[in-house]
Amino acid sequence: MTFELVCFYVFAAVAAAAALAVISVRNPVVAALSLVLTFFSMACVWLLADAEFLAVALVLVYVGAVMVLFLFVVMMLDIELVPLRETASRFLPIGVAVAAVMLVEMLMLIGVRSLKVEPIADPAATAGLSNIEWLARSLFTDYLLPFEVAALILTVGLIAAVPLTLRHRVGVKKQNPSRQVQVRREDRLRIIKMAAETKQGESP
Amino acid sequence: MITLAHVLTLGAVLFCIAVAGIFINRKNVIVLLMCIELMLLAVNTNFVAFSRFLGDPAGQVFVFFILTVAAAEAAIGLAILVVLFRNRATIDVTDIDRLKG
Repeated sequence: MTFELVCFYVFAAVAAAAALAVISVRNPVVAALSLVLTFFSMACVWLLADAEFLAVALVLVYVGAVMVLFLFVVMMLDIELVPLRETASRFLPIGVAVAAVMLVEMLMLIGVRSLKVEPIADPAATAGLSNIEWLARSLFTDYLLPFEVAALILTVGLIAAVPLTLRHRVGVKKQNPSRQVQVRREDRLRIIKMAAETKQGESP
Repeated sequence: MITLAHVLTLGAVLFCIAVAGIFINRKNVIVLLMCIELMLLAVNTNFVAFSRFLGDPAGQVFVFFILTVAAAEAAIGLAILVVLFRNRATIDVTDIDRLKG
């Protein structure tokens, strides 16, 4: 048992335990923080599997952005904790049964398949490249069009989230800067002709 | 030495935990979204493992795209969740039955 394997088992155990915490704790904030721990442990496992770039990207994108978004939403929504988990007991047996059967099936499949795959050396290292270079050469040649489409999807997601949550409340008094700067003199000032004011009985 | 079976087993375990979580948490949409993220993580782990042990960069490129789409999905999903909570004042799955499906 090498040091690498020991590290793998430790990270895998932490990831599985944190994932169990995600689905079993009552407080959504604790669930979100457990999910952060799961992602971080899995990033360590990816590092052990020589996927350095994706491991760092996972920490940056998920722990840095997505989970912070989750935490913001959890804190913005005022959820009462008490009635949550009322129906858990009703669905617990079927849920555990389905998950257990799936796990057994997948493990059987893995046991059959993995015998045919010989462990090889790190493909990036054998090509004399770093993992990032190995990935980038593929990404920016064969997968350039999907890369551009991914950028488009991110832009659409960014823009779509804004009108979804935009709220026009009625009855709110507010200024309209566009109309304010477009105002002309004629809209505000009216010059009228009128006789001069005089005191009673006095001639001008 | 880590073999393909080690990493695939870890991915399978995480995926099954996420499936069980979707069955168990019928009261909280936020935890359902978290379980979907967990499933994506398990699938990504499989992609990374196959990419590493078959020597093909396509798997890691695919994980890159899944990360992109998952980030967009989380943003849109949470925006929908905020609108839902504003309109119905609940995130209970059993209360969201407007469509009578």
